[in-house]
Amino acid sequence: MTAIHCHDIDRAFGGIKALEGFELSVPSGSIVSLVGPSGSGKTTALRIIAGFDLPDRGSVTIGDRTVVGNGTNIPPERRRVGMVFQDYALFPHMTVGANIGYGVDGADCEERTRSVLELVGLTGLANRMPHELSGGEQQRVALARALAPEPDVVLLDEPFSNLDAPQREKMRRDVRRILKEAGATAVFVTHDQSEALSVADVVAVMREGRVVQTGPPHVVYATPKDPWVASFLGDSVLVDGTAAVGQVETALGSFPHRGGDTGPVEVMIRPEWIHPYPEPGGPAVVVDREFYGHDQMLLIELSTGQRVQSRIGPRPILEPGDRVSLGVDEFVVFPTNARA
Amino acid sequence: MTVQIEGRDDLPGAKTPAATRRPRFRAPWWLWAAAVVILIPVLVPIAGLFVRVLAASDSAWNTLFSPRTAELIARSALLVTAVTASALAIGVAAAWLGVRTALRWSNVWGVLVAMPLVIPSYVIALSYLAASGPRGLIADATGIGLPVLTGFPGAWLALTLATYPYVFLITAASLRRIDPAFEEAAAGLGAGGWRAFRTVTLPQLRPAMGTAALLVGLYTLSDFGSVSLMRYDVFTRVIYSQYSGRLDRTPAAVLSMVLILIALLLIIGEERTRGRATYYSRRPNRAPTHRPLRPTARAGAYAFLGSLVVLGVLLPVGVLIAWVVRGLEAGESIRIDWAAVGGSIVASTLAALIAMAAAVPIAVLTVRYAGRSTRWLQRSVYVTFSLPHIAVALAVVFFAVNFLGPLYQSLALLVVVYAAIFLAQATGSAEAALRQVNPSLEEASRSLGRSALATLTSITIPLIWKGLLAGGALVFLTTMKELPVTLILRPTGFDTLAIRVWSAADELFYARAAASALVLLLVAAVPMYFLAIRNREYVS
Repeated sequence: MTAIHCHDIDRAFGGIKALEGFELSVPSGSIVSLVGPSGSGKTTALRIIAGFDLPDRGSVTIGDRTVVGNGTNIPPERRRVGMVFQDYALFPHMTVGANIGYGVDGADCEERTRSVLELVGLTGLANRMPHELSGGEQQRVALARALAPEPDVVLLDEPFSNLDAPQREKMRRDVRRILKEAGATAVFVTHDQSEALSVADVVAVMREGRVVQTGPPHVVYATPKDPWVASFLGDSVLVDGTAAVGQVETALGSFPHRGGDTGPVEVMIRPEWIHPYPEPGGPAVVVDREFYGHDQMLLIELSTGQRVQSRIGPRPILEPGDRVSLGVDEFVVFPTNARA
Repeated sequence: MTVQIEGRDDLPGAKTPAATRRPRFRAPWWLWAAAVVILIPVLVPIAGLFVRVLAASDSAWNTLFSPRTAELIARSALLVTAVTASALAIGVAAAWLGVRTALRWSNVWGVLVAMPLVIPSYVIALSYLAASGPRGLIADATGIGLPVLTGFPGAWLALTLATYPYVFLITAASLRRIDPAFEEAAAGLGAGGWRAFRTVTLPQLRPAMGTAALLVGLYTLSDFGSVSLMRYDVFTRVIYSQYSGRLDRTPAAVLSMVLILIALLLIIGEERTRGRATYYSRRPNRAPTHRPLRPTARAGAYAFLGSLVVLGVLLPVGVLIAWVVRGLEAGESIRIDWAAVGGSIVASTLAALIAMAAAVPIAVLTVRYAGRSTRWLQRSVYVTFSLPHIAVALAVVFFAVNFLGPLYQSLALLVVVYAAIFLAQATGSAEAALRQVNPSLEEASRSLGRSALATLTSITIPLIWKGLLAGGALVFLTTMKELPVTLILRPTGFDTLAIRVWSAADELFYARAAASALVLLLVAAVPMYFLAIRNREYVS
């Protein structure tokens, strides 16, 4: 079942188009990450779903209700959408408990507050004031507050951007666990590709106001639609190639080619798909090495003079000047006009 | 054939300017209704005044073009020019000394020099009247009979002392934002001292000085209390005597309209020049430096600032106290008039509460729904505040007599008019407070199921409460000191301390006037304390 469906949304600010033909379908119970560079319209899309902004055109359906479009515009307070803000937006004049209970009506307020506090692992902090909490705790309260009224969907706007790096890693795992435990349908906006890939069930890559590719993280990562998506979602090596029937010739060797197109193409290879093998007199030479502990990134110069990156495990240790031969285990072929 | 290694830094993506990311929602209609309703009791009568004058008989138009009107304009212009010039000179000099030079206790000086702000201009006028003259305190104490300080010199002195603190505060704030490196650069280029100040600092201060000059000009144009005590016939005094002394009130209406038009010209002129002026509001990126003064210059600086404190605060308050003592010694019956104290407090409190209530919708509209129509709303609030109050009060009287029968001379009408006139003070601090509230707090409340109105009452108002209260305190203080609107609109038998001071002084009962003035200053000190000590950040 589709929990959120955005159809053909346009939104311009002044002359600047923030969204143009924006389409997004979020399956019920899944976590979708809306990822793109700044200015690609992610936050605008989120605000339109939440009801804080109006589209120039198009519609948003949540469950079986059209919340905006076709002449309707349901105000935010009746959309049953939980929102987690980038700066958390905890009410500074209310306790943690009052913040969480704010959206819950009536008798079960206290009970509900206790159970979401437990869900986010903050039992016992109900009487604190927001400013007495750490960034990570504030984040959890914001999430608890959004989940408390049992919304149909939860939206998270750059939820981890205000946390420092070690906290962020932990919060990513925790937020995913909490959302899954709550059985929530969630959309979260981020500009950080590793966050998008690690937290979400489905990644929707945005560029210039529209979603350019959607799919499970591993699929989008391994088979990006074009060189732009490839380079946005991770490191990529692009080499020019020439396609013939069944085969592509590149400086890294020839690869099998299933597509029908022939002529000049671009071949995208992730650095971890390139394996250097030490070989005296090999065709390529190691130029530089960045060692990270759990892995290392090598810069390798091909016989043609072009340089490519290769990410390998901590071994073998290859020094600049070592000669290698290269093996490639995956690749993606783009027609040359795919570069936008 | 090329090989490319693409990083993620050079990705395209146009950044949407934050300013254009404004929600396009219309403000709820009830917000507009609540914002506009408070201005109606003032703006409609002003429009009515214009209609009345334009529809008036030939004799009324003769008033307008009489030599007497021309003379009035000339006298008002003279007083406005003189006061503005002297207040600017004193205020800018004091600000420069306080901010840029190495004086001892510069914070204390800052507070002391701004102090006359608390003292109503008519109280300053009263104290100088009571000090000078053959029967005055100075003659008493020294035996030297000074001439009575009345007319133009008296009005000039009283108004300069009442207004230079505005110039001081505005230009000092602006000076703090100007990087002292500019002056040092000028000194490095061979322009020291005065020349650096005149060629580098002064031009950067010009926008602030323009704002301050407008404020002083409007204050002088509108002031009724001190010119009437000093018996200097400018617009406000003549309007009042025409109004109170004659059966035909049309001449008063005509003069009020002219006065309003002059004030509007000033306001529009300032807006125009401000549009063209460049603002140099770059924050200095280092601690301010203070220029050391040579011993003689330092002595001069202390003498200058000290004389401001003496003339603006110590002398007026001292004279008041001395007159009360003198009156008591002479067996005059001086007692605290509790009815007037009560009247002042009741009227000021009601005005403050109404202004606070009205400030909420206006602040929400201008901050959260900024656009062309909210700019007009803001401008109307500001213009209402800036127009000469005596003219506005007369407009209300004319309107109330004709259309509001039972409300004429009621306390309700009086406090509503106070609130409308002083609204700008309440909205100013409410807007400043609201600007510090992250809009996502309100959005969070909406997405948690609360309506716009429920969000306003449970989130927005609690969060801007301090700012609202500061604005309310300011309105309370201004209403306490208010004179002409009270004189014209008060219910029969209703008294305030301001009225008591003015009428006793006008009848030369200085001891009685001084007693009421001292009580007025004491009562006014309560909100002043609150504003200055507790809530400094919300007062602009």
